[in-house]
Amino acid sequence: MFDKYLRALGETLLMVTSACAIVFAVGMLLAVVLVVTAPGGLAPRPRLNRALSVVVNLFRAVPFIILLVALLPVTRWIVGTTMGTWAAVVPLAVHLIPFFARVTQVGLREIDPGLIEAARAMGCRRWHIVRHVLLPEALPAILGGATVTVIAMVGASAMAGAVGAGGLGDLAVRYGYERYETSVMFNVIVILVVLVTLVQFTGERLARRVDHRR
Amino acid sequence: MTTRHTSTAPVTRLPTAALREVAHITFDGLGKIYPGASSAALQDISFAVQRGESFGIIGRSGAGKSTLLRTINALELPSSGHVKVDGIDVATLDEDALVGLRCRIGMIFQHFNLLSAKTVFENVALPLRVAGVPKAQIAPRVNELLSLVGLSGKADAYPAMLSGGQKQRVGIARALVHRPEVLLCDEATSALDPETTDAILTLLGDVQREFGLTVVLITHDMGVIHQACDRVLVLDQGRIAELGPVEEVFANPLAEATRALLRPLQHAWQGRLAASATRPQAQVHAL
Repeated sequence: MFDKYLRALGETLLMVTSACAIVFAVGMLLAVVLVVTAPGGLAPRPRLNRALSVVVNLFRAVPFIILLVALLPVTRWIVGTTMGTWAAVVPLAVHLIPFFARVTQVGLREIDPGLIEAARAMGCRRWHIVRHVLLPEALPAILGGATVTVIAMVGASAMAGAVGAGGLGDLAVRYGYERYETSVMFNVIVILVVLVTLVQFTGERLARRVDHRR
Repeated sequence: MTTRHTSTAPVTRLPTAALREVAHITFDGLGKIYPGASSAALQDISFAVQRGESFGIIGRSGAGKSTLLRTINALELPSSGHVKVDGIDVATLDEDALVGLRCRIGMIFQHFNLLSAKTVFENVALPLRVAGVPKAQIAPRVNELLSLVGLSGKADAYPAMLSGGQKQRVGIARALVHRPEVLLCDEATSALDPETTDAILTLLGDVQREFGLTVVLITHDMGVIHQACDRVLVLDQGRIAELGPVEEVFANPLAEATRALLRPLQHAWQGRLAASATRPQAQVHAL
């Protein structure tokens, strides 16, 4: 009875955590590159910056369900299969990297330019400025963005059932929709609400703890 | 304070006797035009700051003082002319040499520019950390500086928990942590109330004497110039309007820009100027 819920929850958590790990690492790097190479940034490279920005927008414009299918060859190349939980991690990550990169970029851009100037004046190299000024000062904003990203990931993972990845969303569609077992759908929704609430609560707490601006 | 001459940063020093002969910072035909701007931010700036003096730059907002100050540590690069520190043109330095130069030039700011995510201790320690100073040497140096500025008890506080005056003290500690020879003050007291301004200027005077610093400060407040500077340069629309010993410029302003800056203070200051004119001047006022 509870087995299918537990298994589905496990699959969702596996998909969300592993895809998020990739999204945070790659998205953060992308955001730093976007901010640093922007005109007036620490290392302006206008052409690279514009090209990256176009690629980011391109991926953000493609709906997840289409990305899921379009990325099948890439998924096969990376994971070795196009079915199962791990196969969903690739499109999930690709889907949310640009999103997380953009929210992080906004956080990084809001840093007082005076702090960067002070860092330069004290003999910081560009890498030091990223490491000691940009990332720590933007951390509250980055954690806020990460919270939104995890929640969006839980939502998107519901569609991953299309490649046999399982998970809560898949359970709700198969039992609740296709087999008219409304109670399953209802239970899944309750689990999702609890999950999202937990993520939101934890994210806000963490963001508050690292925010020393007040 | 006995160890303060064993610098932790790799610093190339000329023999002190030779240094006493030369100006510390020289500006030679300096000009700055921002891309897209219709007029020059700075034009024809030539003067020298002597080693160990306290040099004030005053002007209305937009006069170019902030840009001028920032050419000294190459935060701004001139469009024409040269800035030389110890005879070396700062615009010719590569990144390593520039980092070395900036370790010898401390800077404090109007809005303090402390990192909100780091504690007071971490803020003061940062210049040493990025210079690769071993951890074991950082802690005693930072604590020494914090007690110098009177903030020993605040090492673990975050900047947001401090008052404006305390924040500027942290800024001063951070600026001095590399044992610099020059201290640049960018409107360092403009965000502070008069009493705190007084205390900060007193502290700056103390550290200047103790470390033999060359201080270059910019301000729009004639009171700060009078209290803290030996010589003053009046900047007007990117050009030097007037330059001379503070007492002379105050007592006998030649340029219209200087008179305009002095006018609101004239009456209130007359008595104090007369008193200070008799004060012996230790500094050399040669241009």
